[in-house]
Amino acid sequence: MDVKKYVIKQISVFSENRPGRLAAIAHALGEEKVNILAFSIAEANGFGVVRALVDQPERAYKKLSSIGFNVAFTDVIAVHMQDRPGGLYEIAKILGDANINIEYSYAYSGKEGAVLILRVDQVVDAIEKISKTGATLIESSVFH
Amino acid sequence: MKCWDPRIEEMPKEELQQMQYRLLKSLVYRLYSFSPFYHDRMKEQNVHPDDIRTLPDVKKLPFMFKRDLRDNYPDKIFTATKDDLVRYHVSSGTTGKPTVVGYTQNDLDNWTASLARALTSLGLGRGDVIQVSYGYGLFTGGLGLHYGAERIGATVLPTSVGNTERQIELMQDLGATAIACTPSYLLHIGEVAEKMGVDIQKDTKLRTGILGAEPWTERMRIRMEKWLGIKAYDIYGTSELSGPMFTECTEQKGFHVWSDIALVEIIDPKSGEQVDSGEKGELTMTILQKEALPMIRFRIGDITTVNEEVCACGRTHPRVDRIQGRVDDMLIIRGINVFPSQVEFALMTIPEVGQHFQIVVDRKGALDDMLVRVELNKESFSDKITDLMLVRQKIEHKVRNSLNVNATVELVEPGSLPRYEGKSKRVVDRRSL
Repeated sequence: MDVKKYVIKQISVFSENRPGRLAAIAHALGEEKVNILAFSIAEANGFGVVRALVDQPERAYKKLSSIGFNVAFTDVIAVHMQDRPGGLYEIAKILGDANINIEYSYAYSGKEGAVLILRVDQVVDAIEKISKTGATLIESSVFH
Repeated sequence: MKCWDPRIEEMPKEELQQMQYRLLKSLVYRLYSFSPFYHDRMKEQNVHPDDIRTLPDVKKLPFMFKRDLRDNYPDKIFTATKDDLVRYHVSSGTTGKPTVVGYTQNDLDNWTASLARALTSLGLGRGDVIQVSYGYGLFTGGLGLHYGAERIGATVLPTSVGNTERQIELMQDLGATAIACTPSYLLHIGEVAEKMGVDIQKDTKLRTGILGAEPWTERMRIRMEKWLGIKAYDIYGTSELSGPMFTECTEQKGFHVWSDIALVEIIDPKSGEQVDSGEKGELTMTILQKEALPMIRFRIGDITTVNEEVCACGRTHPRVDRIQGRVDDMLIIRGINVFPSQVEFALMTIPEVGQHFQIVVDRKGALDDMLVRVELNKESFSDKITDLMLVRQKIEHKVRNSLNVNATVELVEPGSLPRYEGKSKRVVDRRSL
């Protein structure tokens, strides 16, 4: 199977933990007509990392870098979840049983159902294990 | 006892100056003959010991700067043999290398004698319990005050710094009558005591504060004296001179610099000339009897004035006014000297750190707080919070190890720190004293 098509480019942006920083990022992306499909904020004492799935990652990267942000691409995967009790468990169990560690994760529940976005330590392994169990991975082309 | 050594302390000015001249003359001959460093310096300046024929001729001699100590790390300027050294103290230098000061037994004796006179001039003596809350160790404050206090027959309570609640308990239980520490630490002790329900005025015997190692003001003096019911006195010294050496007397009109120990000049930092009498300038000292690490015309970097008039207390030695500032960008944080160049030096050894940083100094409660804001290198940005936290921790360790001061490190976005053309202003000092 072509695992590559399931690898999604997430953009990660370093941000100070103070008012207006998310607005600055969102404004820049809006100006570039980049659509944010999902995002999360991780915070530590004094700073944070804004992570987002966008429709045009390269464009977003260029824009944010040009206005001074520290930006990086990170490979993540996205999995369809059943939007009912136990839905998250099914996916998390697959990875746990395979001894694949989830570094971080966030989810959204959209028109097509619930989606879990995962950053794992072994991306290829995770894709193979998840597809073998019959769960549905979402191709990167769906996002960008 | 009024004076520890009345013969010297009340010696007529003329006699004092004659004594200074004799000491200077023999110092210069000794160094010209035995110190390659001073020999070369005097040659460069085209001055021979024979040219020193009066006390004012001191101005013919070359200056010495802190950078000379750094360039001759650790002990290349020492003029005592290893066998004659009895102690080292080490302080922070201007960049990566610290400054090492060595002492012979005579050096320690002179330092202790200087403090014995000073502490006596504050009315302290036998029967007093002096709590020494300066750091003991490489820093000169703790051990310096310790021996000075013992010499006058006072009882030393060597609490060093930290563990403030215990310090307050011991102050009460053992009846400390005086405390030697930084002014900000005394303020901190006052605040902690209040929280513990201890009223320093009523519940302790404390009546004297010997406060130094960092700048403070008359405003702070008034506040502490009223609040804590003590007399607060300024003490002065730097490790290069030996350590804390001189204090005000009970008149509180500048610290007495013993003329047999140090020759004081006030120098215009730009021209290198002596300023007119009473004018402000850079405090410069020649330590007249130092054996291990001699200091001729050492430019201390502190800005102040000197007063040659005989003090109302009867002491004839010149008095140096409160320090009003620095000629360089040195900061004093919790009594420790910090140069921005040291911080830069420490940061540049860490690959994750970008070109720009900023130091923000503030007071949290009574104590200094140093924040180092660092722009992360673009290449080192990791999406993982734990990686970023490790980078921050690494910087904090590095700064603490090289400065001996705890700093909080803040990672900031690239481009967010101010850029300067020419000389950058990397320090924001928000403390108001």
